Amino acid sequence: MANQLIVSLSPHVHNNDSVQKNMYGVILALVPALLVSFYMFGLGAVIVTLTSVVACLFFEWAITKFILKRERTTIMDGSAALTGLLLGFNLPSNLPIWIIIIGALVAIGIGKMTFGGLGCNPFNPALVGRIFLLISFPVQMTSWPVNGQWMSYTDAETAATPLSLMKQAVHGNVDALSQLPSSFDLFLGSNPGCIGEISSLALLLGLAYMLWKKIISWHIPVSILATVFVFSGLMHLANPVAYASPFAHLFTGGLMLGAIFMATDYVTSPMTHKGMVIYGVAIGFLTVVIRLFGAYPEGMSFAIFIMNAFTPLINTYCKPKRFGEVVKK
Amino acid sequence: MKTFRIGGVHPAENKLSAGKAIETLALPKQAVFPLSQHIGAPAAAIVKKGDLVKVGTKIAEAGGFVSAPIFSSVSGKVNKVDSVIDASGYRKPAIFIDVEGDEWEETIDRSTDLVKECNLTPEEIVAKIKDAGIVGMGGACFPTHVKLMPPPGCKAECVIINAVECEPYLTADHRLMLEKADQILVGVSLLMKAAKVTRGYIGIENNKPDAIQLMTEKARNYTGIEVVPLKVKYPQGGEKQLIDAVIGRQVPAPPAIPINVGAVVQNVGTAYAVYEAVMKNKPLFERVVTVTGKSLQNPSNFLTRMGTPMSQLIDAAGGLPADTGKVIGGGPMMGKALVNTEVPICKGSSGVLIMNDKEARRAEPEPCIRCAKCVSACPMGLEPYLLATCSALKDWERVEKEMIMSCIECGSCQFTCPSHRPMLDYIRMGKGKVGGIIRARNAKK
Repeated sequence: MANQLIVSLSPHVHNNDSVQKNMYGVILALVPALLVSFYMFGLGAVIVTLTSVVACLFFEWAITKFILKRERTTIMDGSAALTGLLLGFNLPSNLPIWIIIIGALVAIGIGKMTFGGLGCNPFNPALVGRIFLLISFPVQMTSWPVNGQWMSYTDAETAATPLSLMKQAVHGNVDALSQLPSSFDLFLGSNPGCIGEISSLALLLGLAYMLWKKIISWHIPVSILATVFVFSGLMHLANPVAYASPFAHLFTGGLMLGAIFMATDYVTSPMTHKGMVIYGVAIGFLTVVIRLFGAYPEGMSFAIFIMNAFTPLINTYCKPKRFGEVVKK
Repeated sequence: MKTFRIGGVHPAENKLSAGKAIETLALPKQAVFPLSQHIGAPAAAIVKKGDLVKVGTKIAEAGGFVSAPIFSSVSGKVNKVDSVIDASGYRKPAIFIDVEGDEWEETIDRSTDLVKECNLTPEEIVAKIKDAGIVGMGGACFPTHVKLMPPPGCKAECVIINAVECEPYLTADHRLMLEKADQILVGVSLLMKAAKVTRGYIGIENNKPDAIQLMTEKARNYTGIEVVPLKVKYPQGGEKQLIDAVIGRQVPAPPAIPINVGAVVQNVGTAYAVYEAVMKNKPLFERVVTVTGKSLQNPSNFLTRMGTPMSQLIDAAGGLPADTGKVIGGGPMMGKALVNTEVPICKGSSGVLIMNDKEARRAEPEPCIRCAKCVSACPMGLEPYLLATCSALKDWERVEKEMIMSCIECGSCQFTCPSHRPMLDYIRMGKGKVGGIIRARNAKK
């Protein structure tokens, strides 16, 4: 025969989904939050996110080429860019460039490439970077610029975040909660905080987009948000002076960013819907526990980090409902 | 609208030939009949070189209970009993017949009159089906009479007719329903009588509204037959998925079979073949085959004699396009890529699909990103990523525990994988190994 036929096993068609499409889909879902951050923090936000993305891409490329000596570069698959973007989103907009670069090196180098690169890391790389920076540079990582200083970067004026007010309330400051902005302002994002986390509205838009495009399923974000709402709501009912309202908890800090973009990281979250719900509920629970009773005002990163470690265990014990397990009608 | 409960995917339908009436394909010059065209023991040839046969002459006898006889689809002289590469890609024993004229066995009723009255007992109907060499025509080719004889302790409660045709591209069953509705319904009645049940369901996906309408109208004239429209979702034509969709029962994990939940599932093409065998004395030697593909000039549905080389169907549909990359026997989800186009049409050949070079190539696999899309897509509630990885690591104990034998090889996992991982390749390997281990263990007992 003139032309050779290709022989391979079925299926012979594919839905044309790809790693790139998913990664760039998540990046697209982050665009509303990115725009809000540029509007709120101006130049600082641009410098920090750009540095983080470029540094992550550079380290991914350099490690793949010079240390792992792989022929195929993986920087175009979008995962390193996404890690960079998420890391940037988890930093204050006045963080010096050299600290960001260290964060990117830890995120990509230790968080991802030491384990073999995409798909092999047990912990969310962006979180590894953020937690490393939070512990190593506690002062720089917890001074957040006031919104609206367009042309400032490291020189920006800083202020306490709603979360630190909430922490003061827990420690007995009875006036602290009354100084909180309204829940609606918190929802829109006009409060100090890390670059990408401030606007719940923008992040929820991203969630809607990802659900519509079927990039993620609802199980993780919804179970986290619902757990935080219920748990913090119960605490609020028990003692409204010490414990902030559940809306304040939902719309402050890294909760939305974490629930929608960090905890849903494919690689480090469970594989079954049942497992995802357990994982989400545990993250929500741990977050509130740390926020109310822990040393840090914010517990989202640690909660996700801890549950990342439990993901293999959850995968071992949470099996999908097998066909035929259902009892006859 | 009903559908199965777990998983499933939505491949592009591409039913290019849905509007094309069934045409009768010209006789081949030589017809080739592989002796194993069904699940079970191969048939045993009962003709030898130089024998003269007619259309409908039995040329091979069933090789056991789970087996089926084979009939000549042409008249002429046996050229040789040799071997041929069939759709599986392996060389198999086959009977070659040189075609001379078109002389039929006199016992076959060649009129087109519809015969509805049947005074045979259920046992006689089963015997006729068995003697006509009828096997499941959806592609699995399981001998039909075996399904109609439930093992002790099991009782059939209903017959479910698989008219789903969930494979993209294929339209043979769709056209058959539009053109032979009454014959199919008589066939369904016969199957119900043979299985000693009073209820029959015909499951049709709602991407074939014309067939649903016609069959529903005609079914009013037959007792106990109900047409069940189903929401489009692949793999609804899988036997277990269809039972779940139609009567809401799930067949437990292997070794359980559909009859354990009281269902006998037959393909719509099989129902038609049953009608012809029982009412017209016509054994199974021809079937409707879809020839299709995006680059093909004239996608068509042909009534084809068994043993016709696929190349003849392709030529009749406009010839093999220059950009052909792959020729598939069956549909794109579960069909088999052929090594050449001389593979003969067999009882289970529902289609010939031509894919162009670009479509035919698999994308380079990337690392698993653990997105869990395969887990959501699996209609059996398995974890394909885990089965594939553990199979690659040869951890047979683990994959057996993770229920690898429940896999129906529908390909939904691989279809949906963003990393283009060849999961099903590994799972098939694992199934083969674990199947062997289980058989060895049972043999010891």
